[in-house]
Amino acid sequence: MNIQIAAQINSFIAAFVLLAAFGMLVQKRIYSLIHLFAWQGLFLSISTAIVGYVANKHHLYISSILTLSLKVVLLPYILHVLVVRLKIRKQAETVLNIPLTMMIGIALVIFSYHLTAPVRELSTLITRSTLAVALATVMIGLLMMITRKHAVTQIIGFLAMENGLFFAATSATYGMPLVVELGVALDVLIAAFIFGIFFFHIHSTFDSLDVKQMSRLKEDL
Amino acid sequence: MEGFLVQTLQIAVLIGLAPALVGWVRMLKCWMQGRTSASLFQPYLDLLKLFSKDIVLAENASWIFRFTPYLLFGTTVLAGAVIPMLSTDLPLAATADVIVLVGLFAIARFFTALAGMDIGTAFGGMGSSREMTVASLAEPAMLMAIFTVSLGCKSTSLSRIVEAGALLKPSLAFAFLAFVLIALAETGRIPVDNPSTHLELTMLHEAMILEYSGRHLALVEWAGMMKLFLFMALLSALFFPWGIAETGKLSHIPIAGAVLLLKLAVSGMGLVLIETGLAKMRLFRLTEFLGSAFLMATLGMLSFFILD
Repeated sequence: MNIQIAAQINSFIAAFVLLAAFGMLVQKRIYSLIHLFAWQGLFLSISTAIVGYVANKHHLYISSILTLSLKVVLLPYILHVLVVRLKIRKQAETVLNIPLTMMIGIALVIFSYHLTAPVRELSTLITRSTLAVALATVMIGLLMMITRKHAVTQIIGFLAMENGLFFAATSATYGMPLVVELGVALDVLIAAFIFGIFFFHIHSTFDSLDVKQMSRLKEDL
Repeated sequence: MEGFLVQTLQIAVLIGLAPALVGWVRMLKCWMQGRTSASLFQPYLDLLKLFSKDIVLAENASWIFRFTPYLLFGTTVLAGAVIPMLSTDLPLAATADVIVLVGLFAIARFFTALAGMDIGTAFGGMGSSREMTVASLAEPAMLMAIFTVSLGCKSTSLSRIVEAGALLKPSLAFAFLAFVLIALAETGRIPVDNPSTHLELTMLHEAMILEYSGRHLALVEWAGMMKLFLFMALLSALFFPWGIAETGKLSHIPIAGAVLLLKLAVSGMGLVLIETGLAKMRLFRLTEFLGSAFLMATLGMLSFFILD
């Protein structure tokens, strides 16, 4: 496989990562949201493997496998179990309406394109063009956390943001050192467990995972 | 001289084969749903029946109502003359680019909406209002998708786009997805409108043409069939332009014709899969549907600058 073709496939997959991010931003059903998150993880892991091939860095293969097992299999499974256990079958509620959220998402893509323009001029890596997509994925994850009321969807937004950061690391610098990546992966895993415990606590206290309920959390003096 | 022959042949193919395409789609749909289907040529018989019937015209129908079916048929045929289906070397293709093409569809829609309101029945007005709602959302998205394609080959002329040939690019993939969604909306297929229903609350396009009868109805229906044909041909010209002859020579036409038939048959299958897999959307969810089409088209344009 020629390196130019590999870079082209990589930019194709970057487009799919962005599409999955937008899909999560507008998706209302919680199960489809989890599926989209798993798809994004899959694209991310393929992209990491391709970058590993292009840059000839073997530790990227390990982080690709790590992404595959963690973000495609384990985290969606944990989220799925949580949703089933907590019986959240209702549609995830949004603060803003969906077309407006989409427009803001598009504006964020343009913004991150402009923001990364200087980096693109300086960088010599062939994956430099995907940096804008990575930054946009981070911002869309953040937007998702802001526009959703539901705790589970906010967590998915957070994890999507982490996906974006990981993607930025691989596209800007051919990945972080393996030790750092292992540490981040472990952190995400622990975070998922803590979120799970918190969900149960929030659910048993408020009978709902709507974070608006938390404004009732006041001490009686 | 041969160019004109090819042009005439292409128009004849469009007019002649459009009902067969609709018949093919209906047939596949019946098979998918486990029903026995009517023959492939049933749409021809329907048209023949309508042409032999008398027109029932409302007393207060104005010239717009009588004129619209002919205009609809005419603009659709003209649009078909511009899109390279068999060959890119068409004499008429130079007169109109893809923006004019969108304009031609807009004229047809404008007059259909006027005709829907002309008689003054409630259904006509309702249909017109719904059709315009869909159109106002679909047209920007369609232009956006087309601009994304034409950015790649730096021309809005359809012949040039076909000659440049499609490449495997992220921007084109996005534009393709957007265009499929828009084509479903524009041709009134299932997630947006159900072409085979006359149920009051769900119909969009059918509500506007409810007052037509006889040969007027035949022309309107025929134009609708040709529109489906055209959108499929446009889709394959923009995104899968292989097999279209790049010369005006008659000897290249048989192969181009065979490829065109194959492409239409395959896109008919795709349409049937979409239609069988999805249910019709509520009218108020259409903004989300067409909004996502616009989103994809815009993402396509952005990824042209970012990734290509």
